Amino acid sequence: MSLGGLVLGQYRFERKMFWRNPSAAFFTFALPLLFFVLIASVFSTDSDELEVLVPGIAGMSIVGATFTALSYYLVQLRENGILKRVQGSPMPASAYLAGLLASAVANAFVSVLVVVAVGRLGYGMDANLDVLELLVFTTLGVIAFGGLGVAFAFVIPNADSAPAYVNAVFLPLIFISGVFYSADDLPPVLDAIARALPLKHVIDGLSGALVTGTWPAGALLVLGVWCVAGVVAALRLFRWE
Amino acid sequence: MVSAMRERAILVRDLRMSYGPVEAVRGISFEVDKGEVFGLLGPNGAGKTSTVEILEGYRRRTGGEASVLGFDPAARPRELRQQIGIVTQEGGFYPRATVREGVELAGLPYPSPRDPGETLELVGLADRGEVRVQDLSGGQRRRLDLALALVGDPGLVFLDEPTTGFDPAARRAAWEVVRKLAELGKTVLLTTHYLEEAQALCDRVAIVKDGLVVAEGPPGSLGPGTAGYRVSWRENGSRVEHLTDDPTEFLNRVTGEALADGRTLEELQVSRPSLEDVYLDLTEEAAR
Ligand SMILES: Nc1ncnc2c1ncn2[C@@H]1O[C@H](COP(=O)(O)OP(=O)(O)O)[C@@H](O)[C@H]1O
Ligand SMILES: [Mg+2]
Repeated sequence: MSLGGLVLGQYRFERKMFWRNPSAAFFTFALPLLFFVLIASVFSTDSDELEVLVPGIAGMSIVGATFTALSYYLVQLRENGILKRVQGSPMPASAYLAGLLASAVANAFVSVLVVVAVGRLGYGMDANLDVLELLVFTTLGVIAFGGLGVAFAFVIPNADSAPAYVNAVFLPLIFISGVFYSADDLPPVLDAIARALPLKHVIDGLSGALVTGTWPAGALLVLGVWCVAGVVAALRLFRWE
Repeated sequence: MVSAMRERAILVRDLRMSYGPVEAVRGISFEVDKGEVFGLLGPNGAGKTSTVEILEGYRRRTGGEASVLGFDPAARPRELRQQIGIVTQEGGFYPRATVREGVELAGLPYPSPRDPGETLELVGLADRGEVRVQDLSGGQRRRLDLALALVGDPGLVFLDEPTTGFDPAARRAAWEVVRKLAELGKTVLLTTHYLEEAQALCDRVAIVKDGLVVAEGPPGSLGPGTAGYRVSWRENGSRVEHLTDDPTEFLNRVTGEALADGRTLEELQVSRPSLEDVYLDLTEEAAR
């Protein structure tokens, strides 16, 4: 079978496994929507709040579908010996990982699409829509957080400690990066940390695509650096066992 | 001449491997012919798994030579991986996949995989194809392990302790599979610390102890060897045992003495030491 065929075979298999795992499906798709709907209801739905919330939740979905999901999943695959079995089989590592990553990437794009659709169709947000910009920043977010997720899986020592490790990164990150509220008046230290990390810049970009119609050049630059860092870290830390 | 030459599947010469300061394999040599069932027999910690994992390409040797189907296993070429099957014994199953889905996925990267249904038949899981892996019993998981190693229809199969932890029924079933592999002309390298397993399945055995081969040959030839004969009888309530290489002379002498003294040698027995005796002797000797 060709390399492409193997990637596709692995991808199809991963899709099936994903939908059979209720908690993965919940954290990837249901949780962002739940936050979205709850916060939109609690803070009424004036357009200012929505214009912060939609890009914020979309950015959070990208992190959930890539960083969080891949960290958890790769820890499981490593700990129960699936990676070791693949290593000993004739499956090329590139095809295996491509199929696996493609599944996470698909989740990220679909969940951004769902959040944007709910914002526009469900809550009537219609400030702006720059599809190219949406694609560019979603892609940059997926690459950066996908790479970091793969790398982080090999920092986590075992399956039991995965939730603690992942949430110790994920929760502070979404709180300082302006997912739920505008991050404009954070204390300076937190603001500096948020600006150094990628999520705030993903959200800035999505906000440009969905609200302001501007292209934040600084965000592009920082995300470009994080994409390289994420991919390099993934390649360096990946192990079969 | 050429047709009489046996084709070699595995060649290992003076193989060495260390985990940090611990030298687990200290100069192991053996050869396995194509179509042969070869066993590495030895107690826990002997270095069996380390040796097999070097040949599977999982670990790197620190010294010596190794060749598997003509390839250097350390290079892990895909062509080699397409021709070997590995029974890992470490799980490695997608828990939410059905048995059939798991076997189909495993078959994808092989040039001419065995039909998944036929593979399940071979390992006795034909009626479990639609069951999720997480719902399998322990014994059924081991069968799935075999199925995943066999779906690529490899010519060479590695089985590391294929029946450790099995109940007798499961062990017999696993033995059947190994015999079936032999019938199909496959080469099998298995490890075990069960002597009777080596005797039951292997054409040839290397007994490994402390990272060294202490004896090698067909299981039958390892039996008597140099250990000769054992003569034993009961005297004053306890068993007396002598080892001798010339039982005729020895019996003539002890029975003569007994008759002269008016004693009887109760339950007098002459036996060849079993492979088990040899195994215990060899492994104890090496431990000393
Ligand atoms: N990952 C490891 N790290 C350090 N020592 C190891 C490791 N694996 C095995 N050993 C040691 O190497 C020796 C041989 O082990 P192993 O090859 O597993 O033997 P066997 O399979 O015959 O039981 C043992 O002394 C064992 O403790
Ligand atoms: Mg072992």
